[in-house]
Amino acid sequence: MRYLPGQEVRVADRFHAGHHRTPGYLKGKVGEIQRVHNSFPNPETRAYGGDGLPVQALYQVAFAQNDVWEAYSGRQGDRLCVDIFEHWLEAVE
Amino acid sequence: MTDNEHSHPHGHDHQFPHVPITDEGAAAGRRVRLLEDLLVEHGLVSRDEVRQGIDWLVSRSPADGARLVARAWVDPEFKQRLLADAREAALELGLDPGPSPVVVAVENTEDVHHMVVCTLCSCYPKALLGPPPEWYKSLPYRSRAVSDPRGVLAEFGLDLPDVELRVLDSTADIRYLVIPRRPEGTEGWNEEKLASLVTRDSMIGVANAAAPSASASSARS
Amino acid sequence: MDLNRSAHDRGGWPTEELIDRTEHELDDWELRTDALMGALVARGVINLDEMRRAIESMPSPEYEEASYYERWLFAIETLVVEKGLVTQNDLSARLAL
Repeated sequence: MRYLPGQEVRVADRFHAGHHRTPGYLKGKVGEIQRVHNSFPNPETRAYGGDGLPVQALYQVAFAQNDVWEAYSGRQGDRLCVDIFEHWLEAVE
Repeated sequence: MTDNEHSHPHGHDHQFPHVPITDEGAAAGRRVRLLEDLLVEHGLVSRDEVRQGIDWLVSRSPADGARLVARAWVDPEFKQRLLADAREAALELGLDPGPSPVVVAVENTEDVHHMVVCTLCSCYPKALLGPPPEWYKSLPYRSRAVSDPRGVLAEFGLDLPDVELRVLDSTADIRYLVIPRRPEGTEGWNEEKLASLVTRDSMIGVANAAAPSASASSARS
Repeated sequence: MDLNRSAHDRGGWPTEELIDRTEHELDDWELRTDALMGALVARGVINLDEMRRAIESMPSPEYEEASYYERWLFAIETLVVEKGLVTQNDLSARLAL
């Protein structure tokens, strides 16, 4: 596990041709590791008949809604928690 | 496309079933039955397996999820086990947690209200809640639950107090279940009665658990 | 907002549409479709990630027009042909496409 709860991470802002489970609205956004989940087979390769191995670390990452949406109209403390694979995350220096 | 007459431009007879073109359900019904026939003939599935799958699906309802919540409300140590591993907690109560490898229960408190969505498709803990409602799978819910969750809750008639609204987007293999807050006026209620207040929508997070009705709260059991 | 996103990648997609909250019990054909997919997955013929990928491969207008379980039928049909388990000719002839 590369990242720990409380650590700031950025979602990679890259184009991926093909199946992947990192939503477009999060790419490039900065959040905080909320939970470290189990590791899972990689859906990006399983989707094309592969076995998805080696398993990939999965994290629940929390984002401030105001950081994600320019025009967010809810409350200041509202958050968005999303499950993201380790290979889509970068440490924030 | 709306013409139901049996005339065709072709010169030869053919066997196209005469399904009313405007009845999408009938067309889809024919399509899935023919597909199933083909796949059974090719030995890829059996009729029994499909039948069993249907039976399992229709056996699913929010009652199982409601039992988990009701037990958590009366038993703080069970609640901790539920929060640590909802799949194991379900098995503990003899419930079927379904094929998902991980189920996570999240708890609404006086500080946080949770709401669940799957923006990419429709991931949902259907073993514990039954099939998801149509609106959960709909494009506007998938779009706005993350970007305008308070607007969505307002549409559902839920006016949140001054709490953090935490939206969970189920993008991977984790399935999420919300533990709604225990309603006021339910002191001394047994689990079965408490479970009757736990609605499907409260376990998705677009509603609170139902309040006791005036007549029910006066008859503790 | 990057509108080059695929139609399935829906979070934050601009929309004025209200959410239709009408309750709908699954029709027989929807239950059958769900169970058919489940049986194929249980047998290891297809996996869930392939199902999702196949659904996502629908052209955007069709994706948006199709009902939820129609997308599943599209995905199952796509995958069994792709995997060489059924020929496109057999499928088309059987479904009278």
